[in-house]
Amino acid sequence: MHSLLEVESISKSFGDLTANNDISFSVSEGEIVAVLGENGAGKTTLMNIIFGHYLPDSGSIKFKGEKIPVGNTRAAINLGIGMVHQHFTLAENLSVLENIAIGNQSLLGFSIDFKQIEHKITKISGEFGLAVDPRAIISDLSIGEKQRVEIIKTLFGDCELVILDEPTASLTPQEVDQLFLIIRSMVKVGLGVIIISHKLDEILRISDRIIVLRNGKLTGSMDKANFDKSILAEMIVGKKTERPEKNKGKKTEKLMELIGLNISSNVGSPMGLSDINFELFGGEIHGIAGVSGNGQRTFAEVMAGHIRPDSGDLLINGKRIKKITPRAFMDEGVAYIPEDRTSDGVVGELSILDNGVLTETKNPKIANRFGFLNKKSSIKFVGEICEENDVRFQSLSQPTRLLSGGNIQKLLIGRWLKRNPEIIIACQPTRGLDEGAIVSVQKLLLEERDKGKAVLFITEDLDELLLVSDVISIMFDGKLMGPYNYDKLEKREIGLMMTGSGIL
Amino acid sequence: MIIEFLELFVNAGFWAATVRIACPLLLATLGELICERAGVLNLGIEGIMTAGAMVGWTAVYLGADLSLGIIFAALIGAIFGLIHAGFTVHLGASQHVTGIGITLLAASISYFAFRLILPTSTTPPKIKAFEPIEILYLSDIPFLGPIFFQQTFFTYLAFLAVPIVIWFLNRSPFGLAVKMAGENPMALEAQGINVLRIRTIAVMIGSALMAVGGAYLTMSAFNAFYFGMINGRGWIAVALVIFAAWKPERAILGALLFAGLDAYQVRAQQLAGAVIPYQFFLMLPYVLSIAAMVFAAKSTRYPKALLIPFRRGERH
Amino acid sequence: MRLEVRETYSPALSIIAPFGAIIFSLLCAFVLLFIAGAPPIESFFYLIKGAFGSPNALAETGARATPLILTGLAAGIAFRAKFWNIGAEGQLYAGALAATFFGTGLIHLPQFLMIPFLFLVGGLAGALVILPLVILRQLYKVDEVVTTLLMNFVILLFVSYLLEGPMKDPMSLGWPQGSPVIDNGVLPQILERTRLHLGFLIAIVVAICLWVLLSRTAFGFRIKSVGHNPSATYHAGIPLFKTVLVVACLSGALAGFAGITETTGLKGYLTLDLSPGFGYTGIAVAMLAALNPIGIIFSALFLAMIYVGADSMSRAVNVPTYLADVVVAITVLSVLVSLILINYKIQIGKLKF
Repeated sequence: MHSLLEVESISKSFGDLTANNDISFSVSEGEIVAVLGENGAGKTTLMNIIFGHYLPDSGSIKFKGEKIPVGNTRAAINLGIGMVHQHFTLAENLSVLENIAIGNQSLLGFSIDFKQIEHKITKISGEFGLAVDPRAIISDLSIGEKQRVEIIKTLFGDCELVILDEPTASLTPQEVDQLFLIIRSMVKVGLGVIIISHKLDEILRISDRIIVLRNGKLTGSMDKANFDKSILAEMIVGKKTERPEKNKGKKTEKLMELIGLNISSNVGSPMGLSDINFELFGGEIHGIAGVSGNGQRTFAEVMAGHIRPDSGDLLINGKRIKKITPRAFMDEGVAYIPEDRTSDGVVGELSILDNGVLTETKNPKIANRFGFLNKKSSIKFVGEICEENDVRFQSLSQPTRLLSGGNIQKLLIGRWLKRNPEIIIACQPTRGLDEGAIVSVQKLLLEERDKGKAVLFITEDLDELLLVSDVISIMFDGKLMGPYNYDKLEKREIGLMMTGSGIL
Repeated sequence: MIIEFLELFVNAGFWAATVRIACPLLLATLGELICERAGVLNLGIEGIMTAGAMVGWTAVYLGADLSLGIIFAALIGAIFGLIHAGFTVHLGASQHVTGIGITLLAASISYFAFRLILPTSTTPPKIKAFEPIEILYLSDIPFLGPIFFQQTFFTYLAFLAVPIVIWFLNRSPFGLAVKMAGENPMALEAQGINVLRIRTIAVMIGSALMAVGGAYLTMSAFNAFYFGMINGRGWIAVALVIFAAWKPERAILGALLFAGLDAYQVRAQQLAGAVIPYQFFLMLPYVLSIAAMVFAAKSTRYPKALLIPFRRGERH
Repeated sequence: MRLEVRETYSPALSIIAPFGAIIFSLLCAFVLLFIAGAPPIESFFYLIKGAFGSPNALAETGARATPLILTGLAAGIAFRAKFWNIGAEGQLYAGALAATFFGTGLIHLPQFLMIPFLFLVGGLAGALVILPLVILRQLYKVDEVVTTLLMNFVILLFVSYLLEGPMKDPMSLGWPQGSPVIDNGVLPQILERTRLHLGFLIAIVVAICLWVLLSRTAFGFRIKSVGHNPSATYHAGIPLFKTVLVVACLSGALAGFAGITETTGLKGYLTLDLSPGFGYTGIAVAMLAALNPIGIIFSALFLAMIYVGADSMSRAVNVPTYLADVVVAITVLSVLVSLILINYKIQIGKLKF
């Protein structure tokens, strides 16, 4: 086997954060190398450097024995490196054909020969089993199909090394199987493949060699012959951080109830919601599992008063709610921690002080009855939030966007908890956070549960779901299955239900 | 009375006027359309048209050839386009505010320069502008002849621009890159294509077209430059782009519709002048533009990256 | 060229930046004067003299600043909420129309009631014009920039119709102009034998009130938040529709006030050339002041100085008065750059700013 790619002591930092620290590894022809690591371990940064999106601070990259210019995507593509990004780089309103054509043309040409391109697409489709209609518009395709378009786009330029960034993140297990067949057919013809993931089980199935990144450093590498799950797991997380103790919550009375709720697909998520019956109890964390995009967000938004259901009833404390606005639900004791904290949670340009009181413009302590703000009590109020939730900052007047993700999330959750809500709706509250912040967010939610609050916990991460929840429901295709007691469920069964098969 | 209003439609003069009036709107709409397909709203359009009108006219007035006048107009448009792109594409400034700023700048500089060249004149002098060209045989066709085949070179040029822009956006590699830049710039970036450069060039091409649209007014319609002569045509073009759902083939429809309305109101005014004040006829294009925007508001075909600045290598 | 986010916020920079913009636009004026064949330094001298050289010149600058403060505030408050109201020109005329309708004999009140009454109806008229447009924007996402711009033309034509028809002053000898405002409605002069009227003080008081509203109240806080991130603001339980609606109407009302000061203070009657683009210049005023109401008083005075000074300068050295418009336009653009410099470091090649 010839060596294809050699990465030599790559380092890259963004401000104070060291994303890659002296990383070296190599890939040979016909080999599948997996890069494993948690969120924020530096995997994507490393790939973006190889592919020329980012300029490394130091180090070099050799392809087929020759040094390649760094920070030049075009050069990387021309040499034969292709990358399938985690977030698809497709233009939704254009056709498959147009999306693929763009990379393989001189921009100064007169006319694109779409016939010839279509012909070549059909050829690649056949060779690697990538079924897709070249004339379809991207927005009409499923996630799996879009990914196939991305792969064709990569193979179209006759590349020899394919980088796949978290390719399984939003695929169903069946689609994952299909993808792995495609990858196998790629290495069969001699291509090298780098696959990035944080899912250990999948990686063990597909790869020939695994390298592990943690906090920007290479922590180990292992060949297929020596694969050992527990050693790899330790390489990924390092010294185990103390996870919160699992103990069962004490269920109290019913705080929220949804009866026969329906939402059409043109409001909120493309899934809509159909015939949702759901109960949320105090003193319990109710986990919602599901592949993202199956209606979880719409579900959370209905419960937070952002969307009016087409039909069905919503009861809080046994009371039917008529006024559907976020403010009305807040007054009923609902707190909603949205999935995307920087675009829906905080106003990045405003100060920490402003963000801390954003929900309180009607609070008589913050704004008097003539609407004038009381700065002194605002400072006290936000100071308390930060102290109680360990938000670390330089000054209350600094723009919130300068805080780290974990501190933003703690500020946001702290702000909501300060309202003393009865019902907490948390969407993916730990996503993208570092280990320490994840643990403190989980602890916060468990504490609230123990105070008798009802918590709705939506996550894609099954391990976290099982760790935190008392009861679990599964969402698929806008429908809800459950509830099930967490100790009665196997991870595998949940996984099956997340794909719509194997309803208990 | 109603018969008289209907009779206007069978008058070849009305249709010929419609075709003429459509030209500046058409060129401006195509120009704005190219900018927006690349993801950049160009509200400098009103001022850029003013600059094009002024420069085209002045070049000819100072002795340049008519076609050279068009080229100068296109050049000045491209320059203002470059400024607009510098602010919005490279610096990521607000496309709204920049556009208004460019409009103020281009218009005031044009007036300033015009006054420098002609300090005292009260009645603006006319130039020898484009003359109608009768196309052999075709111009003799009754009714259709005068409408389509007795127009000026500039008019033919404006309508020729439509198939060229259609080809540009649908067939040429660069046009495809422009569309990508407006839909998902990451798709270009992932292919190693410089998004900022594509957007800049697209805005320059679009602005050049707008300026040529402005030049039509001084070189093939009024034959002189007046203050405030663009009179909101640029803003109407912005509305027409929305109405056309960002498709060049539909832009021609919108431009003709609005031009027809304009040509019709001039004639209907003469019939109904005593009953309905002329101002209400003049209002129609503006009111209809607002109506067209409301009508097209639900359209989801807008370029997905419109108004969103792209920064290379930014971490998400 | 690359942009890099500044990790720290520098208050000093945010004060220096607008001055840099002013200096840059004056430098451009310098170049233009040179091109026009006028002696730049001498011209500047005439400009300053024309704006400040005599009590009369000072009064004229103040009178010119009056509508600019109000249209500047109109743009300022709307831009804070990222509602791009470019229709201040039309809203100004709507206010002026209200003044003509109610103030030329229809209603008679004592002066201390008549003047506030006219401001009230003028403000309402300005707000009324913008109301359908803000509703269209919030419900159907119809771009307000284009609709407010187009509305300017509609209103101006409507005013033209009224002044040639129903509202034409029979005593005007055929000129299209409105009847004069009754004496009780006229804003009194505050400097004898000049054109400086009470409207100037009213505009300053309005600016101060608006500053208190924006910086000290919960409502002002909500406006700021909506402007920066509507989604997060909505998630925090603040109603977007209501907030933007009120902002837009306030903005329209402020522009309407400018119509009142011009009809009842400066001219005394409505004409079609009541405003030489005050609505558009208001955008420059607001931008230069970084949307701060107190700053708007000063930036309006500065731009009024440019306009008034350019008038007398153009007479003295024979340069087109449009120079003032060019300076205003360059100011808008250079302020934009300076605002970016506050938040980002710009790197061109090896150079860093």
